[in-house]
Amino acid sequence: MKTTSLNQTHRNMNAKMVDFGGWDMPLHYGSQLDEHHKVRNDAGMFDVSHMLAVDIKGDHVRDFLRQLVANNVNKLKQPGKALYTCMLNPKGGVIDDLIIYFLSEAWFRLVVNAGTAEKDMSWISAQCNKLAPGLEITPRRDLAMIAVQGPNARAKVWQAIPGSQAATENLKLFQATTFDKYFIARTGYTGEDGFEITLPNDDASYLWKMLYAARVGPAGLGARDTLRLEAGMNLYGQDMDETISPLESGLTWTVDLKSDRNFIGKKALLETNVKYQLLGLLLLDRGVLRSHQKVSTQYSKEEDNGEITSGGFSPTLNISIALARLPIQISVGDEVHVLVREKKLRARVVKYPFVRNGKSLI
Amino acid sequence: MNIPTHLKYTKSHEWVKLEEDGTATIGITHHAQELLGDMVFVETPKVGRQLQQGEECAVVESVKAAADVYTPITGEVISINPELEAAPEKINQDAYSAWLYKLKPSNSADLNDLLDSTEYQKLLESEAH
Repeated sequence: MKTTSLNQTHRNMNAKMVDFGGWDMPLHYGSQLDEHHKVRNDAGMFDVSHMLAVDIKGDHVRDFLRQLVANNVNKLKQPGKALYTCMLNPKGGVIDDLIIYFLSEAWFRLVVNAGTAEKDMSWISAQCNKLAPGLEITPRRDLAMIAVQGPNARAKVWQAIPGSQAATENLKLFQATTFDKYFIARTGYTGEDGFEITLPNDDASYLWKMLYAARVGPAGLGARDTLRLEAGMNLYGQDMDETISPLESGLTWTVDLKSDRNFIGKKALLETNVKYQLLGLLLLDRGVLRSHQKVSTQYSKEEDNGEITSGGFSPTLNISIALARLPIQISVGDEVHVLVREKKLRARVVKYPFVRNGKSLI
Repeated sequence: MNIPTHLKYTKSHEWVKLEEDGTATIGITHHAQELLGDMVFVETPKVGRQLQQGEECAVVESVKAAADVYTPITGEVISINPELEAAPEKINQDAYSAWLYKLKPSNSADLNDLLDSTEYQKLLESEAH
């Protein structure tokens, strides 16, 4: 099994380790719920080193990325700015979702999902050979990533990394900078403020210890999932994949169809007859919504006309919530039925995110 | 490992306490709650329901997953633990006091199928490998 440079650190902290797509990762360090609340109310840290940073360097990187991904990297004007985007196949399916950092015209950094990293590398290399053969593409497995999230996250990072405050306190959301050996971005996957810090593998356990000394709580993949679900953020492989259009996965806002550039998958998207939309569900009856449960609506002739893509228990709201792919006719406020173990449970259609910056939006 | 000697167990990680009045109290083991993680929802069988040994009769759901509970013995449900609806986390706090339901057994032969604490411990050890 693959391990991150923090593997022994997690074990020393009594983490419950799980196989996460071939990576030996911490699920929780005792209580997933406590870790969730710690992030919402204070500050938690996640080892996200299984994700892969990919550096693309050379002349005209921007032109290549304008063709490679569905969002428009021309939105990145100031060095350090980041952009969330999907990378599509020619049929318009989502190969992966990723963040692109603009460091200079000769250097962009992509951060891709762990489970798709190898597939992404071969896809990006193949497209590069075709479209921009001179570029240098480097997977950065020498780097670790620690996400520090929560209302007190930034202050605690400043405590843990002396001197970092001046360099990072003016960072806006989706903006990054380099400080010493750290690449610090004001991004995250929890709906809270905070930083994602990329650093050399050899320095990761020291930073983890310094953060722990600043009373940042370790948090595992379990809390990461409930936090991102409350924040209404898509998870690759559940809420979208290669078989489904981003236009039916709640990702229309990340797709730029207005500019005249020709990106991979654009033609297919323009021809898509959008029949579904991604919406939030709140469970009105007792139970827990889970992915793949079927949703029946007044517009669906068959039971399988809607489906939960991500479901679970919301520790902040203390009820079950879900993201669901539903017929396009459905509106916020409608009541639908979810099939849970042969029973039809009532759920209300809502807008997501459910929670942002510690507060319920429901 | 937390396996009280005065209880009986099943391969599917339920515990059974045989009461002096002939009834049986049933819950899930410490090991089961540890595997599932933080509990967020419990569905218990209705009082009066007749259960057949091995039948799915309750559901425990954690933040991570849902798990079925299979009744270890045949009989009629005579009461359910009213605390678990509002506080499913009691199972995490003490799996052996957070019982799910009580049963009036109707087939004493079922009791022979249960494991004692030594046998259950061996089962856990074998599953760990």
